[in-house]
Amino acid sequence: MPTRRQFLQAGIAGGVLLAGAGWWALRGDRRPAAGLQWLDESSAPIVAAIVPAVLEGALPQDAAARRTAQREVLEAFDRAIAGLAPAVQAEIAQLFSLLAMPPVRVALAGVTPPWAEATPAQAAAFLARWRESRFALLRAAGEALCQLILAAWYGNPASWAAIGYPGPPSLGERRA
Amino acid sequence: MIPDPVREGIADGWKVVDAAALDGDRRLEADVVVVGSGAGGGVTAEILAQAGLAVVIVEEGPLKSSSDFRMLEREAYPQLYQESAGRQTADKAITILQGRSVGGSTTVNWTSSFRTPPRTLAHWRSAHGLARTGEADLAPWFARMEERLSIAPWPTPPNENNDILRRGCEQLGIPAAAIRRNVKGCWNLGYCGMGCPTNAKQSMLVTTLPAALAKGATLLHRARVERLLASGDRIVEAEVRGVAGPGARPGVPVVRIAARHFVLGAGAIGSPAVLLRSKLPDPHGLVGQRTFLHPTVVSAALMPAPVNGFSGAPQTVYSDHFLDSVPVDGPVGYKLEAPPLHPILAGITLTGFGARHARWMREFARLQVVIALLRDGFHPESPGGRVRLRDDGTPLLHYPIGDFLWEGMRRAYLTMAEIQFAAGAKTVMAVHEDGRPQASWGEAKAAIAALPMAALRTRVVSAHVMGGCPLGPDARRAVVDESGRHHHLANLSVHDGSLFPTSIGANPQLSIYGIVARMATALAGELAPAGGRAKPAVG
Repeated sequence: MPTRRQFLQAGIAGGVLLAGAGWWALRGDRRPAAGLQWLDESSAPIVAAIVPAVLEGALPQDAAARRTAQREVLEAFDRAIAGLAPAVQAEIAQLFSLLAMPPVRVALAGVTPPWAEATPAQAAAFLARWRESRFALLRAAGEALCQLILAAWYGNPASWAAIGYPGPPSLGERRA
Repeated sequence: MIPDPVREGIADGWKVVDAAALDGDRRLEADVVVVGSGAGGGVTAEILAQAGLAVVIVEEGPLKSSSDFRMLEREAYPQLYQESAGRQTADKAITILQGRSVGGSTTVNWTSSFRTPPRTLAHWRSAHGLARTGEADLAPWFARMEERLSIAPWPTPPNENNDILRRGCEQLGIPAAAIRRNVKGCWNLGYCGMGCPTNAKQSMLVTTLPAALAKGATLLHRARVERLLASGDRIVEAEVRGVAGPGARPGVPVVRIAARHFVLGAGAIGSPAVLLRSKLPDPHGLVGQRTFLHPTVVSAALMPAPVNGFSGAPQTVYSDHFLDSVPVDGPVGYKLEAPPLHPILAGITLTGFGARHARWMREFARLQVVIALLRDGFHPESPGGRVRLRDDGTPLLHYPIGDFLWEGMRRAYLTMAEIQFAAGAKTVMAVHEDGRPQASWGEAKAAIAALPMAALRTRVVSAHVMGGCPLGPDARRAVVDESGRHHHLANLSVHDGSLFPTSIGANPQLSIYGIVARMATALAGELAPAGGRAKPAVG
């Protein structure tokens, strides 16, 4: 675990890197990954790595249903970003550019392997670290990633049976 | 089939234009341009159109109506809310629910209807110098709008989520009461926040806007007012661009609308933004300052029996005890209410992630939630926030939360936990990053006392944005006078929640309806007899 001093330095370095990442993210040549409209080849694996950590205990147990659910969460996350204000989209692009840089992933997120190989436990440790951070910027980023994933899952009817939500009532039956 | 009055109206020939679908620039003329179609714009449009004035209503959001309202959060939030229901303050510490479609927030609000509290109006008189906006001045206007929008006591018993609030208050001897609602033939479904699928809610979408359109008003939707252009002390033209969706930048075609008078009703973030983008006179730097939110904290409880907080009218019980029993300008007071519980809203509001979060979601049907809305803006240490423009011209609200509000939020957590335990809760948890389920009031009390109150640890939400263009007689302290007329421009008015010099201390829709009905009626009297009607036409 990093010491408080190392973490402080990492936080300051993160701020500097964010400025650089902003420039990188705004180059304008982001191309969406296959089947997606916003996430690209470098950001989609980050989201895919985080989803099992955020939704631990919520995703279906069955392996096939779980794979489908994870893909649908990724797609809903992607659609949700496209519906945010352009300025907010740019901030999220900055965040992903930052997380995609290997030195940042290792030093600031604490994730050693590439995102595509990160375990749910490593992703969870990253989220916990950011959400507990003394830096509001990192807390906000950790929070945003979790909320987008939670919204993507709990908006999906596949999540409802497990939480006892019957879905919206049928207006037709009410009228009959 | 449930009739859809909006689709029927369009079939009958209402003048409705989708600005994002225009193939080229347009010019329109009108007597009055009304910017925004929510509580302020809707009431204004009806009153002016009925006076015989040619009105063009410009709404940034899309036109959606009952046929589109499918009671699905994942559709409703991107379609009907600002920034897909994810609008946040600059530091991301407060999430703001605000409407963004024809009808504005009235299309998605939870129908709670309160007159402006007399103590709020008295404070406006004593602390802000308002001379003509007292309880007696406004009473006839509230009565008129209550009749227009069927605002009345609601006879159906509250759903369990609200009844637990009522029972807990009763156990503790805290006064609580039923909320009046603007509904007609309500089915008690519980989906007001996703657009009323049965048109029972008497929002602007099914009342004032259809009346204005039937009188010949023009509605331009998916249309953002970029700037008002001034010449001397008069606005001459509104510059409007189509906006395809919440994530889109404004498009190329420009609609220019010339008019005799301009009314801002774009809400307490949107109206200051139009003024700031237009660089209109603001010699005292008031525009966008003192913006208030009723910052709201949340307490979650698990009950022994099902609550099913997604079902039934969402908000029907309240307590003003912690507003009424304290000085209005002392330590911050708060209003207690209950919110609707739906999977996305609950999922993103409950803190944490992974197994801890999932455990609470699995108990979703037994979940009970109380919210405390803080009455901000009445104390020197509660100056509110400030709307500024981003580089791309869109507004961003800066709202730092200081110790004055943190202290009130901690008190509110305590109050809510005590009420929930008194109503029989098995466990109660302050919705806070460090909140943990507590099994008794004694344990909860100690845990809440120890919570670190800080941005992005304490979950803070808002559904009421107010202020930023305050009304008042003194041009050094107010943007508009008590008639809603701009202090420095001859033909510009503000008619929405941005008028308020403080927060309201109650859900604001009826405050907007009443105050704006009075302003719009006076404005109609000034503009209508002068004649010189212009016919609005796209061309």
